[in-house]
Amino acid sequence: MNVLKFLEPFTNENLMNSKGSRRDSFSQFGQIGKNAALAAVPFGLAALTSTKASAADIGPTPATPIGALQLALTLEYLEKEFYIMGLESGVIPIGGRDEKVFMQISAHETDHVAYLIAGLGGTGSPNFVAKPTFDFTVGGAFDPFNATGIGQAAAYAQFLALAQAFEDTGVRAYKGQAGNLISAPDLLTAALQIHSVEARHASEVRRLRGLKGWITNNERGAGMPVETQAVYDGEQVTTQAGFNTAGSGLFGAAAGSEAYDEPLTTAQTVTIANLFIV
Amino acid sequence: MKNEVQIQEVNPKSLKGRREFLKISGIAAAGTGLILTGCSLDDYIPDPNSQAGQLPGKRNGVFDLGGLDFGVLTYAYALEQLEADFYTRVVNANGFASTFNSTEQQVLVDLYKHEVIHRKIFKKILKAALPNPNRQLLPDLAFNYGSLNFSNRDQVLATSKALEDTGVGAYNGAGRLLSNPDYLLLAGKIVSVEARHASAIRSLINPDSKDFAGDDIVNSSTGLDVKMNPSEVLPIAGGFITTAFTAQFLP
Repeated sequence: MNVLKFLEPFTNENLMNSKGSRRDSFSQFGQIGKNAALAAVPFGLAALTSTKASAADIGPTPATPIGALQLALTLEYLEKEFYIMGLESGVIPIGGRDEKVFMQISAHETDHVAYLIAGLGGTGSPNFVAKPTFDFTVGGAFDPFNATGIGQAAAYAQFLALAQAFEDTGVRAYKGQAGNLISAPDLLTAALQIHSVEARHASEVRRLRGLKGWITNNERGAGMPVETQAVYDGEQVTTQAGFNTAGSGLFGAAAGSEAYDEPLTTAQTVTIANLFIV
Repeated sequence: MKNEVQIQEVNPKSLKGRREFLKISGIAAAGTGLILTGCSLDDYIPDPNSQAGQLPGKRNGVFDLGGLDFGVLTYAYALEQLEADFYTRVVNANGFASTFNSTEQQVLVDLYKHEVIHRKIFKKILKAALPNPNRQLLPDLAFNYGSLNFSNRDQVLATSKALEDTGVGAYNGAGRLLSNPDYLLLAGKIVSVEARHASAIRSLINPDSKDFAGDDIVNSSTGLDVKMNPSEVLPIAGGFITTAFTAQFLP
């Protein structure tokens, strides 16, 4: 299928004024939305006193299909660069499973960047957003690429932790944009098809790290820095469509929370992304 | 002259009174669905392109999944019934703890729990939302796995992989069919978990590889996962389902 051709109708100015945005009324998500813990996410910035808001921080993208793709693209830029740098850094053990996993993940993220740029109309389009400048050390808090000499093992542990955070964020971020894409079925479908790939990635990275492939309650998991808790807050919900997923006849809160992933809002996603943007 | 109502079993003339009539007419998401030729219940003819005209239920003796939002939810419910049934058999099979190592057992038990939860919640949602669940709620389906040996690790994992990948493809293809954003979000919350499952199973089958998100399922040019229409999914899933059903309103 010619990607550019089927995405073409959606990449013009009209979409910025799309009536689809009208759907994003306050009660959009109804009962389900109320139960998604959208409120009171402790913004990760508070835990990092060395990080200050940068003039380069991204702002919230519009609640439109194009806005959704722009936010997605920013996250994909982040992942693409992170994995390329990781593969080039030498911290990933070579010749075995880890290398195969991250080469595949890296290839996908690079593909996603290209796909979304095309979906937005190309680099010359008014809808195009450029790659921000990333700092994966978060002002020196981390050294995932062994740039400061903490050693390959320590650096790789950090690389894995950040990879998990990025993939789990991606799943939740794409999910949070579904409502913005409902008026553009082709774009919605493509976003769903990327979202599930991020979930495959997340599962494998988590399992490489010795965790389950799914998120239990709001646990960031062993070895995950406290700064990543914002990625997991809200995942503990056990009510879906008003029904108790941990109720009688079922298996308790852990399983009930694992069985569903939760969205992140645009604002929450932007906050997490800005931790790594300078 | 009155139009013929083609759908006997969901003949609106059988609507039991005002409450049911109003419940159907209250389905606003996909349009009003009312074509009133008069002011009496006897003249109610649902627009065949509306939710009221595409409710799940028996048509000519066979249950049809229905169309639009209720059709998609019923379709998802059918697939979750299949997965829940499959994993229930897996974890209860003879020798489960010797067929699978402890990591594999933990994965399969979790998949069992998650799919049972998915099945139960869809049932509750449909029971609450359908105008007449007694006639419109998909019954408990019957399954047959043929010669599949639930004590054979390779067979179980291969079937699990197929079910999970198909689930991902089904949800990815069905998202666009939903008009209620609450339902879309719900489907979104499930599909990523199915993808986590699929990745884990694929990784259990071949850990030292890229199979967790292999080129056989994730397009190696675009990085996009599989998407399938109901008409592509149902022949696959239907291979395990012995209860007859149709899906005439789903693409």
